[in-house]
Amino acid sequence: MQVAKTKTKYLRALKAAFPHTIPIFAGFWFLGLTYGIYMNASGFSFWYPMLMSLTIFAGSVEFVAVNMLLGSFNPLQALAMTLMLNARHLFYGISMLDKYKGTGWKKIYLIFGMCDESFSINYTANIPKDVDNGWFMFFVTLLNHFYWFSGATLGGIFGSFIHFNTEGLDFVMTAMFVVIYMEQWFKDKRHASALLGLGISLLCLIAFGADNFIIPAMIAILGVLTLLKKPMEKGGETE
Amino acid sequence: MTFTQQVITILMVVVGTMATRFLPFLLFPAGKSTPKYIQYLGKVLPAAVFGLLVIYCLKDVSIFSGSHGLPELIAIVVVIALHCWKRQMMLSIAGGAVCYMLLVQLLF
Repeated sequence: MQVAKTKTKYLRALKAAFPHTIPIFAGFWFLGLTYGIYMNASGFSFWYPMLMSLTIFAGSVEFVAVNMLLGSFNPLQALAMTLMLNARHLFYGISMLDKYKGTGWKKIYLIFGMCDESFSINYTANIPKDVDNGWFMFFVTLLNHFYWFSGATLGGIFGSFIHFNTEGLDFVMTAMFVVIYMEQWFKDKRHASALLGLGISLLCLIAFGADNFIIPAMIAILGVLTLLKKPMEKGGETE
Repeated sequence: MTFTQQVITILMVVVGTMATRFLPFLLFPAGKSTPKYIQYLGKVLPAAVFGLLVIYCLKDVSIFSGSHGLPELIAIVVVIALHCWKRQMMLSIAGGAVCYMLLVQLLF
């Protein structure tokens, strides 16, 4: 009895999680294949994209890592660059402190696999009452990890044989983040923070350019939210 | 670069990525009460971060050259319209992506 019960618990969580990850399947396969093909074309065997997608699991940094591997050996620069590119994960962690609480051993994996997409789904999804939160988030993370890993590996192996017009398919990611932004908007009573995030990021993009705007945008968002703590709490922004 | 140097470089990227993901959880462990300021950030940050992510996706769009960001603008309007109309995640995302692919492959 107990075994059957646990089994249905896993299945129910998997069934609830899977639909949320379909757009990510499309996006990660596209980007993962592209990444694998890129590594293949840069002269690396498929073992590289395969193992790197498994252990790093952070898309943008993996593309940059190809350049690091092609350049001269500079481990400190590699570390500094990674910290800068992935600094936004600090924000995800702060937001997930509560949600990942009480998930047991799964917590380690949930944190390890907290890429943009896993974070966004796990933060915004309305998890059905009869589904275990921890297992739901675990399967979201695991499925995403698997899509990225399989895409990158296949790209690395079959990279040179793939010819079909996928131009623009990467827009699924943009569309997904627009939808997630809207979902958060519908959930919130007040929208100051959502508007600040969009506005400040746009200003920083214009001021600092595509390659350097994330860190200034993060600092500015942090600064403005800190300055506005009192009025935001009074205005019901934290409810 | 030798094989060992490659392994070290990849390890650095792994360590850097993990540091940014694990740090908040190490600084504010579940057993202790989280400072009020961090709790406040945990509540207001996500909405702002999703805004940052939308801009991040669009960072390489150039308004002044090429297609002037028109395909992106049109496709995002389609996503927003579909989502306001039916509020079905899959429909909004698929609709927007198909629209974008048609635009960049056939029109622009």
